[in-house]
Amino acid sequence: MGQSEIEIVLEAPTTVGALKAMIKMPNGETLNAASRNQSIMAAVDQEMVDDLATVSVASEVAFFPPVTGG
Amino acid sequence: MYRSILIQAEDFSLDSALAELKTQSGLAGGLCFFTGAVRNSNLDEAVGGLYLEHYPGMTERQLDQIVDEAARRWQLHGVIVIHRIGQLMPGDNIVLVAVAASHRGEAFEACEMMMDYLKTNATFWKKESISDGHRWVEARSSDQTKATAWDA
Repeated sequence: MGQSEIEIVLEAPTTVGALKAMIKMPNGETLNAASRNQSIMAAVDQEMVDDLATVSVASEVAFFPPVTGG
Repeated sequence: MYRSILIQAEDFSLDSALAELKTQSGLAGGLCFFTGAVRNSNLDEAVGGLYLEHYPGMTERQLDQIVDEAARRWQLHGVIVIHRIGQLMPGDNIVLVAVAASHRGEAFEACEMMMDYLKTNATFWKKESISDGHRWVEARSSDQTKATAWDA
């Protein structure tokens, strides 16, 4: 979503949805706000998940647009 | 069941893949190959090339899961999946899904299901070169519909 990598220090496990409210796009908009106008997919530790999924303090989380391979 | 999953910048050869499947998968009577290639136009605009990006690690895992699902549904002898990344030009090969089974029915169906799942589940993204710059290709809802139909 315009950034290859950022590091966020979590004090306790959270959810994908909560992370989306914390992370900003390069234009300053949170991922949560941006997802009202575009589809944003999420993966935790390289598995596709929804907003309710748990994020542990050591998780690798990725947000990306719908895939277009093949 | 033999399986080979490759993500690579280099081109691939259908002849080599056919020979590999025949050698590795034993007595397969039905071999089905699907190859996707770069088109020279999209949405009524000329396309000069395609840049393929992926999510290293996750993409390999997903392709592995897609092959698992095909192997769960059909009796297959071998599967080869090759997906290219990096800069590609019109006419270049993008993807190969090759399936070896005892008969053509399983081979056709497994090949189509794996392509449908790959289109919607595998973390690849295409960026097209057009006359006034670049644009990321948008996902098509028809691809989602096709993939979902296999879950019914």
